[in-house]
Amino acid sequence: MEPLALFSEIVRNPGTYAAEWKQRTGGKIVGHFCSYTPEEIITAAGALPFRIFGKSTSISKADAHLQAYSCSLVRGGLEDALAGRLDFLDGTVFPHTCDSIQRLSDIWRLNIKDKFHLDVVLPVKLNTESARSYMIDVLDKFKTELQSALSTQISDEQLKSTVRTYNRIRSGLARLYALRRSNPLAVGSSDVHTIFKASMIMDRNDFRIALEDFLDALETGESLPDDRKRLVLTGGLCNMPDIYQVIEASGGLVVWDDFCTGARYFEGVIDDRGDILESIADRYLTRVVCPAKHSGIHNRGDYLLKQVKEQAAQGVIFVFLKFCDPHAFDYPYMKTMLENEGIPHLMLEIEDQVASEGQLRTRCEAFIEML
Amino acid sequence: MSHADQVKDPEKEKRKIKAVQKMKEIMTAYYIEAKTPTEQTGKKIAWITSGGPVEPLIVMDVIPVYPENYGAMIGASKMGVALCEKAEEMGYARDLCSYARADIASAIVNGGPIGGLPKPDMLICCNNICGTVLKWYEVQARFYNVPLFILDTPICHSEYSPEIKTYVEKQILEYIAFLETVCGKPFDYDRMKEVGTLSIKGQRLWQAVLDTTMHKPAPMTCFDAFFHLALIVTLRGKQEVVDYYEMLLAEMQDRIAAGIGMLPNEKYRLLWDNLPVWFKTRWLSEKFAAHDACLVADTYTSGWCSSMQYLDENNFLGSMAECYTRIFLNTGTDDMAKRIIEMADKFQVNGLVLHSNRSCKPYSLGQYDIQRIVQEKRGLPTLMIEADMVDERIFSESQIETRIDAFIEMLK
Ligand code: SF4
Ligand code: SF4
Repeated sequence: MEPLALFSEIVRNPGTYAAEWKQRTGGKIVGHFCSYTPEEIITAAGALPFRIFGKSTSISKADAHLQAYSCSLVRGGLEDALAGRLDFLDGTVFPHTCDSIQRLSDIWRLNIKDKFHLDVVLPVKLNTESARSYMIDVLDKFKTELQSALSTQISDEQLKSTVRTYNRIRSGLARLYALRRSNPLAVGSSDVHTIFKASMIMDRNDFRIALEDFLDALETGESLPDDRKRLVLTGGLCNMPDIYQVIEASGGLVVWDDFCTGARYFEGVIDDRGDILESIADRYLTRVVCPAKHSGIHNRGDYLLKQVKEQAAQGVIFVFLKFCDPHAFDYPYMKTMLENEGIPHLMLEIEDQVASEGQLRTRCEAFIEML
Repeated sequence: MSHADQVKDPEKEKRKIKAVQKMKEIMTAYYIEAKTPTEQTGKKIAWITSGGPVEPLIVMDVIPVYPENYGAMIGASKMGVALCEKAEEMGYARDLCSYARADIASAIVNGGPIGGLPKPDMLICCNNICGTVLKWYEVQARFYNVPLFILDTPICHSEYSPEIKTYVEKQILEYIAFLETVCGKPFDYDRMKEVGTLSIKGQRLWQAVLDTTMHKPAPMTCFDAFFHLALIVTLRGKQEVVDYYEMLLAEMQDRIAAGIGMLPNEKYRLLWDNLPVWFKTRWLSEKFAAHDACLVADTYTSGWCSSMQYLDENNFLGSMAECYTRIFLNTGTDDMAKRIIEMADKFQVNGLVLHSNRSCKPYSLGQYDIQRIVQEKRGLPTLMIEADMVDERIFSESQIETRIDAFIEMLK
């Protein structure tokens, strides 16, 4: 199968893929919700890290556990699990991020039975020496707990070679971003979106190979001019609804973002020399933060401005899920930073997976028109 | 409210808590001092989260100011909606914590019952209560451009691990170093011992006050506790807190001796979970009282002595890390349920009232499971009230009234 067709197929039916993978390899599958999940350690243990997107749109079972004022990722993820749509998971890992995920972890632990449950209680502060050593301790603890949950051992060699695979995946994804920027007609944001989703589901070795094939083929193609308006997206779409189609159809061209399911997923290389857990920690500590983490009071705003300038973007679209506190708190100051520089922006709040497309489109068109 | 020219009902007078007056005086004096310009008091001001370690500030002669306490005052004086709306105009989503929204707006417009809080010289944020305070204090650190110290107390889903212990203990030292820098003077470790002793004394007395409601009839209700709580939150570690709670405790003991309950006819005893609905405390209290239902205890006011067991009187500073990390809200949902059941047993309640607080996710998410666990383990009837502590727009009086009535029927 062509790489892109393969990715799409997997993204359409992640559960089927996971079940087949399990049968084929005899390996275990570990669910998680977040880019602070040390996927490298999971892969090194021979298991498949599987990002849960909370696909359920009609919530019934999760309503018995979660108030309606939780975001759609948290509710949708729990619904998937309770409805048996995640039965292929052997266990789930919860890195600590926002208040909603914190309590989702408790609720999950109390209600999703017969699977292992690991909390990775990372520091919230990422900019101090004590936080760094705590982060390393937590990764080490996670490694130990995962080994016993999966009844396996993770050698340093395995961990290092896995890290090299991830480094290659990440540099591949960075190439993909560069390609979209230089030749947007060859690869659209919806394709990029599909590839990212696949990268969080697929066997990482298989994914790396398919991705590199895909890139090699495309990079030789000729760039065509494109006069759509260049946009940077900021915020978070933890459950990855596809809003790109709407944006691109409205005449926008996404050139960068700060999503944990986008640029933040591939930014930062892990040094494979020296202590490997320290290197994994250092990537988390130097990467631009998720708003549920702290690294100075302008970290995300500074990053956004820098990207807008570097990518020569003409506007910024804020996108977040309704009921997402960390993102909602950062919006006013980041918007002010943009305004001080005269950068136009738009804010879209997405209620659930299937955002009301018509309305989004009208707002995007009006915004892009104005640029 | 009784006016001087009205004839006082002796029955009602008998039930009023006399200490209230003193409490008001102390809080007024506290806010007057806090609002006096630093040039006159010579004291710096720190804004601190409600679950934050205040004792080192007292040692350093810094005046602690609590935006959350102010949020409660804003809520109680029904000034919440206007401020929340102001914050929304600034771009803060309506779904965010209403304390945070009210405070952020109040800082801009000098709003609320005392015309805004005094400007901070530093911000102390301890995330043992929620992740919201981190974002909120970042907002204020940008606005006031003052140093921010974050005490990062990792959530203890099911354990206080050795890793967490090491991390928080290191940060306690960083906190002291931070205070030394901002205040420009060395930390007085001897004074810390005194303040620590007073803090523990205050917490013990507060717990003792709360425990008086084990008596039937209860000499006070949780609505009274919501009011008398302010001191243990704001001035923990000071002598006046000890003095005040000694006085309050004596009054409660007198009431018990004289057989005076807060309700003339206490028929049902209930336990409250989550923050108060500040703008409706009176209404709720009267509503339940009309049914002879007495809310004898709550998980909120006991939060300020919920981890006292981890404090070491002879080594206050050394035990602070554990004490501040293992508070009620910073534990797993199952541990919270366990504690609620312990309280239900201790106070011999007939039912549980849970406030599903739109503002507060760490307190509210998980309540449905707690409700189920309590029903399974104790067979107690439960009532879930959908509301908010400050934002009056999220309160449907008629709906809640109907639900309370139906709940009381279940108790019969
Ligand atoms: S969308 Fe926001 S609230 Fe939901 S899980 Fe992500 S960070 Fe948490
Ligand atoms: S009400 Fe809840 S979310 Fe708001 S500050 Fe308090 S603990 Fe945090």
